[in-house]
Amino acid sequence: MDLVTVWFVAIAALWLGFLLLEGFDFGVAMLLPVLGRTPADRSLMLRSIGPVWDGNEVWLVTAIGATFAAFPAWYASWLSASYLLFVLLVVALIGRAVAFEWRHARHSQRWERRWTHVITTGSVVAALGVGAALGGTTLGLPIGADNTRVGGPLAWATWGAALGALAVLAFSLVHGAIFLALKLNGPLRVRALAVARRAALPAAAPLLLWAGITHSRNGTAVGSALLLVAVAAAVTTWSRLRAEREGQAFLAWMGLLAATLGTVFVTAWPVLLPSTLNAAFDLTAQSAAVSAYTLTVMTWVTAFGLPAVLVYQGWTYWVFRQRLNATPDQGAPKLPVAPRSTADRLDIGVVSREAVPHIH
Amino acid sequence: MDVLDLARWQFGITTVYHFLAVPLTIGLGLLVAVMHTAWHRTGDPSWRRQTRFWGRIYLVNFALGVATGLVQELQFGLAWSDYSRFVGDVFGALLAMEALLAFFVESTFLGLWIFGEGRIPRRLHLACIWIAVGASVLSAYFIIAANSWMQHPVGVAVVEGRPVLTDIGAVLTNNTAVSAFAHAFVGSMSVAGAVLVAVGIYHLHRGSADEPVWRRSTRIGAVVTIAAFAGLLFTGDMQGKLLYGQQPMKMSAAEALCETRAPAPFSIFAYGPLGGDCNQVTSWTVPGVLSFLAHGDFTSSVPGVNDLQRQYQREYGTTYPNTPAFGDLAGTPIDYTPMLEVTYWGFRVMIAGGAAAALMGAYALWVTRRGRLPRSRWTVLAAIGAAVAPFGANAAGWIFTEMGRQPFVVVPNPDVPVGERIWFFTAQAVSPGLSVTEVVLSLVAFVAIYAVLAVVEIGLIVRLARRGTELDQQTRGDQDASEDDRQLALAY
Repeated sequence: MDLVTVWFVAIAALWLGFLLLEGFDFGVAMLLPVLGRTPADRSLMLRSIGPVWDGNEVWLVTAIGATFAAFPAWYASWLSASYLLFVLLVVALIGRAVAFEWRHARHSQRWERRWTHVITTGSVVAALGVGAALGGTTLGLPIGADNTRVGGPLAWATWGAALGALAVLAFSLVHGAIFLALKLNGPLRVRALAVARRAALPAAAPLLLWAGITHSRNGTAVGSALLLVAVAAAVTTWSRLRAEREGQAFLAWMGLLAATLGTVFVTAWPVLLPSTLNAAFDLTAQSAAVSAYTLTVMTWVTAFGLPAVLVYQGWTYWVFRQRLNATPDQGAPKLPVAPRSTADRLDIGVVSREAVPHIH
Repeated sequence: MDVLDLARWQFGITTVYHFLAVPLTIGLGLLVAVMHTAWHRTGDPSWRRQTRFWGRIYLVNFALGVATGLVQELQFGLAWSDYSRFVGDVFGALLAMEALLAFFVESTFLGLWIFGEGRIPRRLHLACIWIAVGASVLSAYFIIAANSWMQHPVGVAVVEGRPVLTDIGAVLTNNTAVSAFAHAFVGSMSVAGAVLVAVGIYHLHRGSADEPVWRRSTRIGAVVTIAAFAGLLFTGDMQGKLLYGQQPMKMSAAEALCETRAPAPFSIFAYGPLGGDCNQVTSWTVPGVLSFLAHGDFTSSVPGVNDLQRQYQREYGTTYPNTPAFGDLAGTPIDYTPMLEVTYWGFRVMIAGGAAAALMGAYALWVTRRGRLPRSRWTVLAAIGAAVAPFGANAAGWIFTEMGRQPFVVVPNPDVPVGERIWFFTAQAVSPGLSVTEVVLSLVAFVAIYAVLAVVEIGLIVRLARRGTELDQQTRGDQDASEDDRQLALAY
């Protein structure tokens, strides 16, 4: 496999990784108004993704950065053709990012509600935006012979974009629900399971349709196999949810995304950005790729950097692996409490939520 | 306004705004890590309170830095797609490295630091903030390496008129990058130190509880601003000498030096129309100092802007090529002279801002010597002003260096023979086919949101600052319950 192919696979993997991780962040945020009936509920839901959402979002930055690094013509054409879409996406992400951190910085209910709305809205728009962008680059955009957009500022709003948007939104919603079922205890977990169970099969449909369309345009044996796996994964998710085995359901749901995105990207190769106007205007990998030297440098950097990411991000999930209870406990096993010194014993200037309720 | 002007305003505004938040993240992060280390070493609860007080403010600002950074990753593809296509072999790789090697580390370990107290061993918890801060610094290096490549392209060969990477080591060790990074780093420390001084002086003046926290904040901050200013002068001089060789037009524009002079005087203050006829400008100058800034002696010649304009016309053309890529500017004469008002005053505002912070630092040390408290309200106001100043300095510095490289977006490298030089004009870098509507919409959206976020963030930080350490003063009522409940006010 030559480096150009390797990097196409790498970028597809980065987008997959992003959606597998940030997908449940989006989903949890979307479910805040649905499942989070009290401020305590909502805080609990946000705490379940608290330590990890920021690291998850970096997968997006890396996916985009890698696209620029390996296929700058793809980055250039895709982003400039979908200009307002990406602007909308980044505005949503900006709002969401500050909302996560600023929401708890003041004690007022109104303040918290407002920023909670920003998190939810931002996550919905971001999921739609990422989906629309990916839909565009896989199902086609109106680009001309010089790889620039033909048409006005909204020319990126194609049916393909709409399908992609719906697919990612639906995927994230169920992904978030299953994640909550995995992370929480008590009534919230039960409600999350119910949402996931009811939504799983309908939510899988846009993803399967997306994969089906790309497969029908460029059928391969691998694509067919992946499609079958995808359907099986969707059904498995639903059946595992019914059995209340949310861990297995979570894995199956991730399998659904991997298989459908896999189909989409396998059938896309070697076209990076298909043109809806004329196949002759398609942007192909070979024409968009950087030099072999740059790809080699990037391969070394990634060979070192990406496993490291998996290790320390994985460690974060391990540290915070425990289920959260309705009483705030941060979801990680406590260290054995054996103060070594008086100074240690004094070093517990911590605020207890129950003891001092006016401190948030 | 056409698409080019709008796109330039948009890039300028979003980038400068990003670099208002980022220096505070870098500088304050480092200081919080130091405070956490002191807490860890001494076990003293007042160091814990100090760490958590400043950590809270650090995190409020960190979010804004991340949020505005997202725009940066996308901007090159959005409005500057032809630039992206031209430099793609080099530039994209640097951004991707930043994400993969630095941003991931920073975000992950900061999450561990915020939520991990009591969950991971204390030494590891301390390590987390140091790792996160180290990653922020590394992040800055990659970004500055990318910008420095634009200012001084190295490590590339020209293939079919485009730069192709041949030596990543050269790009990562570009002396432009090393000096610019060092300069930006101490600039960040200046900002952080000044903020510490302002808040510390405020609380000392008010007689707030927890005096040791405020006294330490003030004095640490003060020493940092003074050391940072010394660092700024040193790295600035280093950078300046490089730039006189690499981008002579920029440096002569910084001086608004119209005609070549040997020895060349340094202008401290000038009035009159800087863009026009030099005879109309009155300037207070110090003889020979510009020669020193450029070459390290007091006699060498420094080229004037007019001579450089003629030289660049010979080397890079008198008019823009008459192709669609140049839009409205196709076929028009190229003005190689940057806007002198911006470069001249930008340069001086930058220096003044750093100096103001350092002067306040020195005064703060004096006024708090041997346990004294600041008595006058004016001290507090001065400290606040001196905390705003370095933010202005950082902005002015970047505006100076970016406006000073115009009309180029990739500046020709004079160390390379003329036939092998790479350059790219800003005028040809903009995305073709982009409509005015789109850029107006995005510009308005960014300006509006950034304005709102600035107001909210400043409001939050002021509130948190005025609150002092009361959030961390409460000690647990019930020992057992609190052992089980490590809910931080830092986390949610």
